Amino acid sequence: MADQQIIMAGFGGQGILSAGRILAYAGMLENKNVSWLPSYGPEMRGGTANCNVIISDEVIGSPILNTATTLIVMNGPSLDKFENAVESGGIIIKDSSLVQRTPERKDVEVYGVPATETAFNMGNPAFANIILLGKLIALTNIVSKENFEVALKKTLPSKKHSLIPVEMKALEFGMQY
Amino acid sequence: MDTVFKKPHALVDVSMHYCPGCTHGIVHRLIAEVIDELDIEGKTIGISPVGCTYNNYEYFNCDMVQAAHGRAPAVATGVKRVNPDNVVFAYQGDGDLAAIGTAEIVHAATRGEKITVIFVNNAIYGMTSGQMAPTTLINQVTTTSPLGRNPELHGYPINVCELLATLEGAVYIERVSMHDIKNIKNAKKAIKKAFQVQMANLGFSIVEVLSSCPTNWGLNPVESLKWIQDKMIPVYPLGNFKGKDLEV
Amino acid sequence: MGEKLLMKGNEVIAEAALRAGCRHYFGYPITPQTEIAHYLAKKMPELGGTFIQAESEVAAINMVYGAASAGARVLTSSSSPGISLKQEGLSYIAGAELPAVVVNIVRCGPGLGGILPAQCDYFQAVKGGGHGDYKMVVLAPSSVQELYELTVEAFNIADRYRIVSMIMGDGILGQMMESVEFKDVENIDKADKSWATTGTQMKREHNTTTSIYIQPEVLEKHNQKLQAKYRLIEEKETRVESYNCEDADIIVTAFGTVARIVKNVIKMAQKEGIKVGLIRPITLWPFPTAEYEKYADVPKAFLSVELNAGQMVEDVKMAVNGKKPVYFHGRMGGMIPTQKEILDKIKEILNK
Repeated sequence: MADQQIIMAGFGGQGILSAGRILAYAGMLENKNVSWLPSYGPEMRGGTANCNVIISDEVIGSPILNTATTLIVMNGPSLDKFENAVESGGIIIKDSSLVQRTPERKDVEVYGVPATETAFNMGNPAFANIILLGKLIALTNIVSKENFEVALKKTLPSKKHSLIPVEMKALEFGMQY
Repeated sequence: MDTVFKKPHALVDVSMHYCPGCTHGIVHRLIAEVIDELDIEGKTIGISPVGCTYNNYEYFNCDMVQAAHGRAPAVATGVKRVNPDNVVFAYQGDGDLAAIGTAEIVHAATRGEKITVIFVNNAIYGMTSGQMAPTTLINQVTTTSPLGRNPELHGYPINVCELLATLEGAVYIERVSMHDIKNIKNAKKAIKKAFQVQMANLGFSIVEVLSSCPTNWGLNPVESLKWIQDKMIPVYPLGNFKGKDLEV
Repeated sequence: MGEKLLMKGNEVIAEAALRAGCRHYFGYPITPQTEIAHYLAKKMPELGGTFIQAESEVAAINMVYGAASAGARVLTSSSSPGISLKQEGLSYIAGAELPAVVVNIVRCGPGLGGILPAQCDYFQAVKGGGHGDYKMVVLAPSSVQELYELTVEAFNIADRYRIVSMIMGDGILGQMMESVEFKDVENIDKADKSWATTGTQMKREHNTTTSIYIQPEVLEKHNQKLQAKYRLIEEKETRVESYNCEDADIIVTAFGTVARIVKNVIKMAQKEGIKVGLIRPITLWPFPTAEYEKYADVPKAFLSVELNAGQMVEDVKMAVNGKKPVYFHGRMGGMIPTQKEILDKIKEILNK
């Protein structure tokens, strides 16, 4: 897919912003135009987090997404808030460990991945975001696995580089699910 | 014939514009003598305030920066941080320092900026024609306290040295007076020490100088000096508040 | 060019300042620009520079005044309410002809307003927010790459003319990440600063930094000198990007974030057979008036799209000078116009 406009949303602490950043970095390594925009309003103090990521062959106009090709949600309120922002024919990926409700939209593809539960069983619940990105990559081919791994190296502090093999396993799980 | 008295090199050879009996000129001279004695004219930067001394950049031979009302300590901070080897002094009056510039003086002292402030307290706004200053005495008549300063309405005089002495970053604090020769000599010693404290990188230094304003006090020059002694000193006691024993 | 990096706009401003040789920063925290301070608080000490979190914006801009007077390349950054507090200092800096760079990551007003993107400080920036007849060069980047390039240029312009350069962005530009490539070597002008108050070293007459001139004849001359400088800057430093204007049905004016949205609108409109042009002022002051003279005969109308109640549109009207109708579309309070909304406005105008 040439152009991906992704809204990622969940609670603060679920790695929403950093997942978006890794994805944008990987997109840049694919020689695409990318932008990453976090919500920075007062809501960031209220425990929710979301970001807009655009990966495109074209020059990016507005980095703000009124609508998205893909929505990745890691909690229920985010699904409520952004479900209608997904374009017809778009994708919703939800962390089915945490989001019980099934989206009402019939004109989008919906995928549930038990990301938090799986990440917990893999020994690190913080990798749930990576599992969900794995699903996104499998569905859209927006970035390659190789570039994703480089992006992890570029965006993570060096003291966390030892975790990269486990994160790649998490990504693989999401891709295969 | 030996020269026994001459203009300090750090002063420009022009007449000053101050009123008869005003002691700003003496304070300027003392600063200039100290600059000469420490041989620092070439690396001294003065900050001129807003008030009667707004244009004292015309009187000092060192580089000078004119600052907005109350902001001299912030401007001095900027100058000093760029060239830490410079000796930087700010010259401020009571309205400038103790009213509009309270935040700037407190925080320059808090940061321990290596600058020297010469704070001239004459208990009145001179330049704008005799309004009440934060240091105006109780019952003192000014154009904006025509019935005398009334604590119920106007609050109390502010004692700057005592206030700043609570701050860790302020290392040398002394109050002096211009009302007689002996005190003028003491004032020079204090100003010199304040500069030396800065040059030794010890921290923030300030000298408060009780000064006269015959024009706005409505007194003649001699009465004015007596007014400093009789009225001001009881409220603003002279002496060292901090750093007396600092080795410089 | 070096490696392509993914960086936040605010951090790029800070990095660009360092690359431009700025080693002195004075500021006060305010959202949404604080990453600039965070970045420099870490980097300045490593580089032997100064980072001071001042007691207020008022103090910060006066520290800028002092540091600029001492000959340094100096930066402060803030957002709308903080920039209001800096107006006193900016007027003094203008009057004393000191070079400095000020960043305003604009938020919505009036008052405390909100922290979302806005362009409601356009008037304050280009018409002289403080007292007196003065100007600042106001640069309005619209991408992270441009934030970098224009921040470096802001320092060069400031030094060249002894003037304040303001970088005016909004929360989107400050907060977003985009790719950026830094040059290996920056193009840094070496300006003459023999006027700086660095100490006479007993080798020259004393220098004075001042903005006070009590004699009216002298003050008028000083003002005339400032105005002559502003005319020179208008001639030499006006920057603009024009896009698709040659055969446009309508020419839209937009700067910063809004210009990005309008570029998408142009593509949408093309699909419907509508030719939309864009004049994007890169310098808000000096305003690219000549560009309007150049294209005034081309479109049926002009439209200014802004995140305010209609400010730049006044400059557009003056530049178009009655030759064509000038329309306005704006959103306020942190709301951003959608592409469709702008396209609908364009259709409405063209169907009149």
